[in-house]
Amino acid sequence: MKSLLIVAASEGEGGHNPLIPEWIEIVLALVVFAILFFAIKKFVAPNFEKTFAERTQAIEGGIAAAATKQAEADAKLAELEQQLADARHEAARIREEAREQGAAIVAEMREQAQAESTRIVEHGKAQIEAERQQAVTSLRAEVGALATGLAGRIVGESLEDDARQSRVVERFLAELETADASDAGKDA
Amino acid sequence: MIIAASATIAAESSSEGGFPAPGPHTFELPAVFPWHGAEGVTKPMLQLVLAAILVFGFFYLASRKRALVPGKLQFAGEGAYGFVRNSVGRDIIGSHDFAKFVPYLVTVFFFILVNNLFASVPFIQFPTFSRAGMAYALAGMSWLIYNGVGIHKHGLVGYLKLQCVPSGVSPAMYPLLVPLEFFSNILVRPVTLALRLFCNMFAGHILLVLFSTGGLYLIEHVGGIGYVAGPLAWVLAILVSFLEILVQFLQAYVFTLLNAMYIQGALADEH
Repeated sequence: MKSLLIVAASEGEGGHNPLIPEWIEIVLALVVFAILFFAIKKFVAPNFEKTFAERTQAIEGGIAAAATKQAEADAKLAELEQQLADARHEAARIREEAREQGAAIVAEMREQAQAESTRIVEHGKAQIEAERQQAVTSLRAEVGALATGLAGRIVGESLEDDARQSRVVERFLAELETADASDAGKDA
Repeated sequence: MIIAASATIAAESSSEGGFPAPGPHTFELPAVFPWHGAEGVTKPMLQLVLAAILVFGFFYLASRKRALVPGKLQFAGEGAYGFVRNSVGRDIIGSHDFAKFVPYLVTVFFFILVNNLFASVPFIQFPTFSRAGMAYALAGMSWLIYNGVGIHKHGLVGYLKLQCVPSGVSPAMYPLLVPLEFFSNILVRPVTLALRLFCNMFAGHILLVLFSTGGLYLIEHVGGIGYVAGPLAWVLAILVSFLEILVQFLQAYVFTLLNAMYIQGALADEH
């Protein structure tokens, strides 16, 4: 390609070899390029880089803020769920406790009632025993008195004849019966 | 290829003496402001300055506001700057070192791009870097920068060792490989950088001039079939213009990309 160019150049009328540079053009290109380079380095690149950095920061800041918010929300949610679980747990515990307490109360009441009934029965039995004892005692005393009275009467009437003797016995028995009847009426 | 074709056409037609074919003389423009007769201020020189003003003006206006939510101009500026910064600078040089080279790479890319695009801007229509001196200047500067960066980091001996002694090769191969590596990494790079840019711009411009003036010549002087072929040449000129816009962009991109790769190679710890 190069040789062709040179051939073409030498064959072209008047024009000198295009591969041979004009020195002034080299210098000018370097100078213009250098000026442009420093202008871009000083006035353009820092602005763009700053803008890029600020934008990155803004985006990253936004993302970070969103992440913080998200984390906070997650923490809040976890806390609330924890609280809810605690409350449920507490409720279950209280219910369990109440059930246990109720059962205990029922058992206690039953025991108490049992004891009371036993006591009442015992009391009743004791009372009956005492009354019976009293009845026996009073009966005994009464029978003694009656027997004494009867014996006195029998002795006092001078048991001469059979007729009188039988009258006395009958009277005694009649008295005894009335006493029994009046006793029964008193009981009723 | 293109240059060869245009060169033969130029040679043929100049021998016939009819069609004034474009050739190297096409690029010898008369001075806009003559200075002491011979040289002076030429059109490509003015374009060079204009490109610098346009690039700086655009970026300065776009970067001045520094809004977090950019407007249209700032968005465009950030897109342009960020394209070179990220997809050339950061991706090639690596996120550790790239920041200090971004202004350089941005300047290289947009300075070359605007100068190349001048070839397709109506009423300018001349690629600045079809003047070899301009391309040599930028390539020489690239050479100084990547070598300077490497020497600054590794020292002269360390840098030459890095560039010329390939790792993972048995020392028996050194006599063969070291001169080759030196040749390709130190000597050839600025030449290829300069010629790639210069030749693409030179050839593209010749091609466009050929199709445009050729179309006119066909219509004016040939007649007959020329009335068909002439407009056809102009249609081709329009199509080639679009191709040239692509080439103009690609050359600016390749030049910048290679600069970044050379800098990366000079900074690397292992070859």
